[in-house]
Amino acid sequence: MHPVTTVHYLVVGLALLLIGTIGVLTRRNIVVILMSIELILNAVNVNLIAFSRHLQDLSGQIFAIFVITVAVAEAAVGLGILIALFRNKETVLADEVDLLKW
Amino acid sequence: MDAILFLIFATIAVLCAINLVVQKHPISSALSLIGVMASLAVLYLLLGGEFLAAVQLIVYAGAIMVLFVFVIMLLNAGAERRSNRSLMATLFGVPLLAAFLALVAYVIQRGLPPTEGVYFGGFTQGTPRAIGRVLFTQYLLPFEVTSVLILIAIIGAVVLARKEI
Repeated sequence: MHPVTTVHYLVVGLALLLIGTIGVLTRRNIVVILMSIELILNAVNVNLIAFSRHLQDLSGQIFAIFVITVAVAEAAVGLGILIALFRNKETVLADEVDLLKW
Repeated sequence: MDAILFLIFATIAVLCAINLVVQKHPISSALSLIGVMASLAVLYLLLGGEFLAAVQLIVYAGAIMVLFVFVIMLLNAGAERRSNRSLMATLFGVPLLAAFLALVAYVIQRGLPPTEGVYFGGFTQGTPRAIGRVLFTQYLLPFEVTSVLILIAIIGAVVLARKEI
């Protein structure tokens, strides 16, 4: 059987990145957009850990921990903004929030 | 064995990710995201990241997803209606995306020097002991800066949750 190499893991990360980007661009619900951003950050983590294994160096995994931390902070603040938005505009759809549109 | 595990869980991860984008209701998307996180934890374990696999399950599939489901329930958002897409996008989108993925995979394949396969147990430095040692010696300053970031996030969340905004 053909062995699994680093390339396979990188392709999985790339696929997740593309799917997450499509989610950010096409969905209108802001909660789903935030979830797609989490998907993109996870794709980055897959790459970091795959290269950590590839180079036999622990630094990639440390960076992955930092990425997870930033993702948690981003999710907390993003959902807080979403709650404040819903309180004012009564909507969670991105295309109905056009206060800044000229 | 490694190849079978990788194939199973990579497929589950990608299928759940597609399901996340396709599903109309946010709760279905959240459940799909939990599937992605759990199968990615298995991939991390195969790559030798034992501590990160545990962190992935506890922090992502546990804490963040509870936060997401909580907000979905709080906002009571129903299924979203589709906007009408252009014919070109529906016709050419998926094949062009697959072609792009194959092209970049080919470029990575050619660009990366040939290596031996990834086997379970080939990289044993991902233990909590080793990670803690590197985190608190070599990466101490980024670690402390991260604590400032989390403090800012807490203050921001508290300010945003106030009544007046």
